[in-house]
Amino acid sequence: MKKTAIAMASAAILGSSVALAGGHAKTVKLGVVLGFTGPAESLAESMARGAELAMKEVSASKLLLDSATVSHVRADSTCVDASAAAAAAERVIASDKVDAIIGALCSGATISILQNVAMPKGVLLFSPSATSPALSTLEDNDLFFRASPSDARQGQVISEVLQEKGIKSIAMTYTNNDYGKGLADSIQSNFEAAGGKVTISTPHEDGKGDYGAEVGALAQAGGDILVVVGYLDQGGKGIIQSSLDAGAFDQFFLPDAMIGDSLLQAIGPDLNGSIGTVPGTDSNGAQIYAELAKKDGFEAGPYSPEAYDAAALTLLAMQAANSKDSNAVKAKIFDVANAPGTKILPGELAKGLQILKGGGQIDYVGATAVELIGAGESSGSYREILVKDGENTTVRYR
Amino acid sequence: MTDFFNALTLLGNFLIIPGLTYGSQLALGALGVTLVYGVLRFSNFGHGETMAFGAMVTILVTWGFQSLGLSIQPLPTALLAIPVGILATVILTLLIDRFVYRYHRERKANPVIFLIVSIGVMFFLGGLIRFIIGPGDQIFFDGTRFILKAREFKQMTGLNEGLSLKMTQAVTIITAVIIVAAMFWFLNHTRTGKSMRAYSDNENLALLSGINPDRVVLITWILVAALATIAGTLYGLDKSFKPFVYMQLLLPIFASAIVGGVGNPIGAIAGGYVIAFSELILTFAYKKVVLYLGPDNMELESLVQFLGTDYKIAVSFIILVIVLIIRPTGLFSGKTI
Repeated sequence: MKKTAIAMASAAILGSSVALAGGHAKTVKLGVVLGFTGPAESLAESMARGAELAMKEVSASKLLLDSATVSHVRADSTCVDASAAAAAAERVIASDKVDAIIGALCSGATISILQNVAMPKGVLLFSPSATSPALSTLEDNDLFFRASPSDARQGQVISEVLQEKGIKSIAMTYTNNDYGKGLADSIQSNFEAAGGKVTISTPHEDGKGDYGAEVGALAQAGGDILVVVGYLDQGGKGIIQSSLDAGAFDQFFLPDAMIGDSLLQAIGPDLNGSIGTVPGTDSNGAQIYAELAKKDGFEAGPYSPEAYDAAALTLLAMQAANSKDSNAVKAKIFDVANAPGTKILPGELAKGLQILKGGGQIDYVGATAVELIGAGESSGSYREILVKDGENTTVRYR
Repeated sequence: MTDFFNALTLLGNFLIIPGLTYGSQLALGALGVTLVYGVLRFSNFGHGETMAFGAMVTILVTWGFQSLGLSIQPLPTALLAIPVGILATVILTLLIDRFVYRYHRERKANPVIFLIVSIGVMFFLGGLIRFIIGPGDQIFFDGTRFILKAREFKQMTGLNEGLSLKMTQAVTIITAVIIVAAMFWFLNHTRTGKSMRAYSDNENLALLSGINPDRVVLITWILVAALATIAGTLYGLDKSFKPFVYMQLLLPIFASAIVGGVGNPIGAIAGGYVIAFSELILTFAYKKVVLYLGPDNMELESLVQFLGTDYKIAVSFIILVIVLIIRPTGLFSGKTI
């Protein structure tokens, strides 16, 4: 009897708090949990600014829920330390009481946050940049989304690019983590299925001073091109530098995490002629976003548009659900991201909120022409890159 | 015949030149460790960070010189900055000795206490370095990068395989030879060097014959600081400067010192090359070499590699364990200098 009474009392409390969290929310708080330190730290700042730009835009419109203001709190998920990632997410949920998390940056950190924090706590997790194929099939209670495509897709695209360049054999090295292994496996299976030959696929550890031995093994295996599935601030850079020093390879293939200005500056003209892929689209959303970013005082780096989209989609879905409760929001993400409805570009979030308020439907295009498929990941369009005169130039979109 | 030269070039490019360079860097580091062990009688775990400190000061001075437009083309400007780096490191080691080690020396503390104190010094220095220059990569190389480029070598000789020789590799090997020669001359032919050896051999006898122990300790720290700065700068020039890497270097350096016989300078140098070449030889993939030397139209699927490159650091561990079991005094039975 006593137990029933307690249960009823707590149910009543819970119920009232849910009602409060519903349509009458005055404030919304999002956690920006990205790898501000670690191997991908050079990407994190521009991504965080992107997510925060979307929040600022929604706040200024005063159209979200009960003219709520959106605030944010940053936390460092690192990239390789799974327990640090979980601890950072735990903190923003427990002490900052965030309603949803934008993050994490790297796949390993994202998996850790999803399994250890987001699922048990029932908080929505929206990653701008986690690309491991493992995340497509992982149990997630529908709480996990990503604005980036799975590497299963990138592997396919990379294989196509290599085929078109007439490359018959590749040597490959990958950073020894979920991202590196996932993408390397995907490239290998696609490339071999298309008749190519992978002479070697070997892991490397980040943070070492000397990659001479790794390059030695790669050089012995040989190949037309070296595919470096690594990080541009870390082992990836070391491998390329060592390869050039020893004259082992002249041309490199650079997947998404190797695309960035810091690599071009570190290596210099020797990188000219190398090719790569990075998620991107030719929709004018990307251009509009780049201008918005410039106006806000930052450069739209890799995955910065995805971060903007992740935050925008989360907030739009909150409006569509008329609640900031993660379990209600998660059901609306697909509705706002995909057709049918009015197309919404970056900078038009107020318009989107207005339509949703009026009971209409929207199809969020955003900065990356995002279209969600499967378990909630971007279908993925890629920018093919050629390093020319010390710059990443766009060859085409695919 | 061409095949033979191709195989030779291949080994030269990926094994011999990198091995000599890496071995020289380890030898210089191990020499410092062995000096401290021989004269001051403890294992100095702070040596890796001392190297990093010396390299850091050298980098800061190098940047200063570069902004003043000072250079010694085609050699890297850092060589010009090394004396300043040595001076700063000497001051640092003397301060640490004055305020940390002297206290324990006067109490005739157990070597284990010294060892633990040196680990404390290591963490302190590591923090100091990260506080001053940060944890990231620093590139301070300038001057001509290559003496011989792989592509040019191919055109010159008509071989399939290229041989590249970086400026930093040549500088490292030459500097190491000069420093080692100077070191031996100092230990064997000067009064101070002889008094150091005497002190290391038998402390009480040396004291009785009127050798000033404070002076021996002072000279030892000056030499150790100079060796650490040179080794740290050469490693940073050749690879890249990152504070964390110097902590990782500690294991191969200690392995070198122990393999050669700790306390023995010749052993330290031999040990450095033994460790460097073992690491490279065991993790190198010999596929192409076998293809060149084997019969024509030979097919080979495997890479002919003993160990994956990930196990490189494990090689020094294994050698360390084997030497400690079979011949604890090392190749050149150590303990004295």
